[in-house]
Amino acid sequence: MRFKRNIATSEAGFIFNPASGDSFSSNPIGSEILTQLKEDKSRQEIIEVIASRYDVEKNQFERDLEDFMSQLRDYNLLDEN
Amino acid sequence: MKTETTNTSTRRKLVIAVTGLNAIDSPGPGVAVLRAIRECPDFDVRIIGLSYEPLEPGIYMHDLVDKAYQIPYPPAGTENLLHRLKYIHEQEKIDLIIPNFDAELFSFIKLSDDLNNMGIHTFLPDLGQFEARHKTMLFKFGKKHKFLIPEDRLIHQISDLTKAADELDYPLVIKGKYYDAIIVNSKDDAQKAFLQLQAKWGLPIIAQQFIKGTEINIAILGDGKGNAISIIPMRKLFITDKGKAWAGITIEESSFIDLAHQFITATKWRGGCELEVMQTNDGKAYIMEVNPRFPAWIYLTAAAGQNQPATLVKMALGEKVEPFKDYVAGKMFIRYSWDMIVEVGEFQKISGMGEL
Repeated sequence: MRFKRNIATSEAGFIFNPASGDSFSSNPIGSEILTQLKEDKSRQEIIEVIASRYDVEKNQFERDLEDFMSQLRDYNLLDEN
Repeated sequence: MKTETTNTSTRRKLVIAVTGLNAIDSPGPGVAVLRAIRECPDFDVRIIGLSYEPLEPGIYMHDLVDKAYQIPYPPAGTENLLHRLKYIHEQEKIDLIIPNFDAELFSFIKLSDDLNNMGIHTFLPDLGQFEARHKTMLFKFGKKHKFLIPEDRLIHQISDLTKAADELDYPLVIKGKYYDAIIVNSKDDAQKAFLQLQAKWGLPIIAQQFIKGTEINIAILGDGKGNAISIIPMRKLFITDKGKAWAGITIEESSFIDLAHQFITATKWRGGCELEVMQTNDGKAYIMEVNPRFPAWIYLTAAAGQNQPATLVKMALGEKVEPFKDYVAGKMFIRYSWDMIVEVGEFQKISGMGEL
């Protein structure tokens, strides 16, 4: 599952879906994850990057990432293909 | 020999008359239309405002409207309207009229040949196109062209409401013939809405099935030959208690563009129009209404890169225009209210003399 190509994001964490007009804001960590997703990083790569930058257990972050991804899915920001 | 061409001298001088200057809480499109036209670098325009009431705000916007004239309300008949337009034309030598009210369009379409003979262009749908999408005909229209349209019933007397509610169920949308829609959840509310809308717009009243979803409006400019020259979909972001968009954003969704193309192919619509669409959670797009003129938010089309009013001017004057391809998604409008200060003398002038 990939972050949709047409979704616009800003460094400040603003997300805009041009197809629906929906907009969202994420916190700085969310913004970092979005940047990684846009670079087509795998889930494992994202976990490695974030865990190396912040004081967080990989297991804990894996669960948080799962939650975040399911939010992105609910908001129709992921390509299901 | 030195020849100089200034930017101004190459701009085409035009006199354009526009109605719908009631920039109120349920705004007419006139001010937005002429704002878009004024911004087009190809024209040097003199704008004539045509008003029905002396308190239409656009009359007093002197940076946008050069001169305003009152015209008779549609019930006064097309003869009276033509008589008044002849007088205004003698003063102003009008090149083009852009009417912006549903209720007046019938008269202007009927008069389009007379106006053309006077040298005044219009760019309007024909009567067949105009009538086919009327609120009272919309369901039939949808069936014919395979569009999703909420089911409705025409209500000619208040007692018919019960039957309509039994068949369509609550909530219902009770709609006036030309404008206004009220969502009702009970028989009492439905009757109240019926009487309110009957007093304002006459009969019939339309009882329409309520569709839950996201409101999308699409501004379209058709060339009358089945081609859409411009299509801009907008999602309403803030909706007033009258159901009007007070803020909106352009969106880029191919299904809405396709829907607009299908509409134009089916109708061969000539001029500006607006599709009011409700997108349900499962992705179905219902056409709730087809407005036979530009919407009040039409300036957003200019801001997004497809100036529909200015393009209509070019088409009305016989210029060949190519369909637009791109626009900016994510362009927003946010409407606001503004108290203009007006000298009573101006109000007296338009009220007493019918001109300002």
